[in-house]
Amino acid sequence: MTTAGLVRQHLIDPEVCIRCNTCEETCPIDAITHNDDNYVVDPAICAACGDCLGPCPTGAIDSWRIVNTPHPIDAQFEWDMLPANDAEVDDLEEQEADTLDSEAGELLALAHQFAPKTPPPASASTPHLNVATRRNPIVATVVGNYRITAPGTDSDVHHIVLDLGGDAFPILEGQSVGVLPPHDPDDQRSPAIRLYSVCSPRDGERPGHNNLALTVKRVIDNGHGLPGLASNYLCDRERGDTVSLIGPFGDTFLMPMDPASNLIMICTGTGSAPFRAMTEYRRRHLPAGPGKLWLFFGARTRAELPYFGPLMKLERSLIEIELCLSREEGIPARHVQDGLRDRLAELKVLLDQESTYLYLCGVKGMEGSIRSVLTEGIDDWDLREAKLIEEGRLHVETY
Amino acid sequence: MELIDYDAQIPNNVALASDDRLKRALEQWHPGYLNWWNQMGPMGFNDSEVYLRTATGVDPKGWAQFQYVKMPEYRWGIFLAPGDPERKIGFGEHFGEPVWQEVPGEYRAMLRRLLVVQGDTEPASVEQQRHLGATAPSLYDLRNLFQVNVEEGRHLWAMVYLLQRYFGRDGREEAEALLTRRSGDDDRPRMLGAFNEETPDWLSFFMFTFFTDRDGKYQLEALAQSGFDPLARTTRFMLTEEAHHMFVGESGIGRVIEATATAMIAAHIDDPTDVERIRSLNVIDLPTLQRYLNFHFSVSLDLFGAEASSNAANAFAAGLKGRFNEHKIDDDHRLTNSTYPVLRLEETDIVNRNEPALSVLNARLRDDYANDCTNGVKRWNKILEKAGVDYRLSLPHVGFHRQVGEFQMAPIDPSGQVHKGVAFHDIVEGHLPSSDDRAFITSLMQPIYEPGSYASWIAPPKVAIDNKPGDFEFVRLHG
Ligand SMILES: Cc1cc2nc3c(=O)[nH]c(=O)nc-3n(C[C@H](O)[C@H](O)[C@H](O)COP(=O)(O)OP(=O)(O)OC[C@H]3O[C@@H](n4cnc5c(N)ncnc54)[C@H](O)[C@@H]3O)c2cc1C
Ligand code: SF4
Ligand code: SF4
Repeated sequence: MTTAGLVRQHLIDPEVCIRCNTCEETCPIDAITHNDDNYVVDPAICAACGDCLGPCPTGAIDSWRIVNTPHPIDAQFEWDMLPANDAEVDDLEEQEADTLDSEAGELLALAHQFAPKTPPPASASTPHLNVATRRNPIVATVVGNYRITAPGTDSDVHHIVLDLGGDAFPILEGQSVGVLPPHDPDDQRSPAIRLYSVCSPRDGERPGHNNLALTVKRVIDNGHGLPGLASNYLCDRERGDTVSLIGPFGDTFLMPMDPASNLIMICTGTGSAPFRAMTEYRRRHLPAGPGKLWLFFGARTRAELPYFGPLMKLERSLIEIELCLSREEGIPARHVQDGLRDRLAELKVLLDQESTYLYLCGVKGMEGSIRSVLTEGIDDWDLREAKLIEEGRLHVETY
Repeated sequence: MELIDYDAQIPNNVALASDDRLKRALEQWHPGYLNWWNQMGPMGFNDSEVYLRTATGVDPKGWAQFQYVKMPEYRWGIFLAPGDPERKIGFGEHFGEPVWQEVPGEYRAMLRRLLVVQGDTEPASVEQQRHLGATAPSLYDLRNLFQVNVEEGRHLWAMVYLLQRYFGRDGREEAEALLTRRSGDDDRPRMLGAFNEETPDWLSFFMFTFFTDRDGKYQLEALAQSGFDPLARTTRFMLTEEAHHMFVGESGIGRVIEATATAMIAAHIDDPTDVERIRSLNVIDLPTLQRYLNFHFSVSLDLFGAEASSNAANAFAAGLKGRFNEHKIDDDHRLTNSTYPVLRLEETDIVNRNEPALSVLNARLRDDYANDCTNGVKRWNKILEKAGVDYRLSLPHVGFHRQVGEFQMAPIDPSGQVHKGVAFHDIVEGHLPSSDDRAFITSLMQPIYEPGSYASWIAPPKVAIDNKPGDFEFVRLHG
């Protein structure tokens, strides 16, 4: 990383750092060193793994600059403060392309179309973004891959657990990761990515084990008679195989940390992934929080509903679940929008509370039908919607 | 007795759930602990939701989980930093031998004493800070106070874990006793002097976290070198939390200085000793700050004990407590023939004398500490320099206002000059906070509980916690 060209350099803010040595102690590859004045990151060594970010008590460590030529450590030793952020780079467009993966940005923009400018919930934790980049992806190891829809159904959804080894990859509930699918080496373009919502909470699928989990639906036909590239790749990975991840992505579809908040979650299929993460977070950390969890979950049949078994085991005191099955034998067909319509009166009461947050995630098609239920059923929906968006209380992610 | 799901309630990486003996011991201790917390912990905020960092594991993910928690529901946890099966003892007579996973019989009493002294300081600071919530200069500071409190509580757990796990009945009794002493209590005081001092106001609190918690950093780091591996790993993890406490102190004082400098500049006051005018701006004048600094630095130096100490020498020789950054020191790590320069008082002179290094380990640790403090003060002065205020803070000489060791009650002024024939009290007076200073500081201590608002005498933080903005509702007072 010492040659010229735009790089994202990891720095320590000397005005905030208290020289406590925690980062130097933490860095697995000794990229951090100090003299009597300053703690500094050696740009020739740092792999941007993020391990040092959490333990730093001050936030000084979480400083990044886009530079043409990295500041050498001798210069950093002399600093009283960080150099200005914009004095360094001549090409801002490229800067953005580098800090937020452009393709991921486009995918997310598309996924957030319905409520484009929603800010995150006020009490949400601050997400880390782009810890791993295409240039420096995290190589995770598959430690589990289970089908979570009944065998024999059309819907082949997998729960995939990835071990992150010694790398820090801080994720918040609602964020997604980019997967780099296998890439044809003759193809000169940078490999395409696919986004997947993380379905485990921030402390991992299994706390203390530095892992995360994804819910992946196998796309059998991509519309051109071919199997989906990334989803098949993931669903076919076996224990011990590796997967390259980048990200995390997403700074708005996040959960409020206020235990009094009510979360209304509406999803179909793999749209349940972020809600599994949020629900699991609340179950682990705030099981008796005053806030209410309410899930509307649509699928064709019970057997095709991801996580049906585990879902049914959740305590009623933690979460209320409204299953909407469209092809289950013996019961009338119901889609998520029907479920929502049935409970509209209760929904209105909840939406009147400032602590209520509404989330939609799943197939693109559901946006429209949910929207018509709300517009028809709630008089001033347009006004309310604008307010919800403004207050960071309405979040949509459909793909 | 209440049955507790220990893995859920007490995040740990010591396989608590499968250790029946330890579980029983902790089950007996836990109610007493909660009782102590309710009696002596932060007064009046047990129902508030505080945006706290909880450690749920020692891996990068489990390190810093931020969430709203009611303090009594904080998950205290027992964590040991990851172990290294190859680790060797790094100093003393057992240098190079594999570290111990159990307590070596001949060092049992010495080790227990080390743990009890360390353990005693943890609840003490919670007790000292009990009333501060009522006068917090902002919700952000209130949250930082509570974070310090719960982590001191967790550090007590860490020491109690070692006592109960490795010291049988004696250990359990010591663990109980840790809950019965009280900071400042005439009958059952805490073991070390500085932990019986009051922390009546936020300026004292910031000074305490900068100076006194930094003593903790040096003691813990020396223990983190221990040949008794569970102690080394426990203290290593505690150190990472201790760093946050020092942050609270360093940034707290830094923000006080910034508020003062900004107010002085705005009011066109050039003379930093124009105390009356500066105080009328409701900010803390720098000479008063200097007197607080003199006080807290000197009482913290006392925590290092006498310069020469056979206890310290024995603990080092036994491989129980090393030097600061022992593994980075380039020498034989046995200290059989080496010397170390120590300041001594000879008549009216303070002289530097080489003495057997093994016998003056406390002096060395204290020097490392003082050096660290000097650098912190340098950073505070940068704030003044940048603002263009003509005043510099400085550390008093290590001989100033000492109650322990070589300079005990010696008439030495902050510049290090010895005034033979003058009473100790006459020397220190004028250099320590006066009752007038304290009254002024107390008058500033009015709580500010509006998110984003800060008391006049302290600037908002440059970066709030967890990348949050300064107006984040760090503590939800209602409910
Ligand atoms: C923010 C975000 C989060 C996402 N989270 C998840 C998740 O948690 N789990 C998950 O499985 N997917 C998720 N996706 C979708 C995922 O990124 C991929 O689009 C999907 O796996 C298909 O990729 P592929 O490479 O297998 O198919 P490709 O080879 O890219 O073929 C894609 C084609 O298949 C069709 N297609 C795409 N997705 C689907 C689908 N889900 N069902 C049916 N047909 C489809 C489209 O017509 C498209 O032309 C998410 C997408 C976004 C934008
Ligand atoms: S990001 Fe990783 S490699 Fe870089 S300094 Fe931090 S811990 Fe070391
Ligand atoms: S951990 Fe943070 S505060 Fe401590 S030395 Fe490193 S950058 Fe500075």
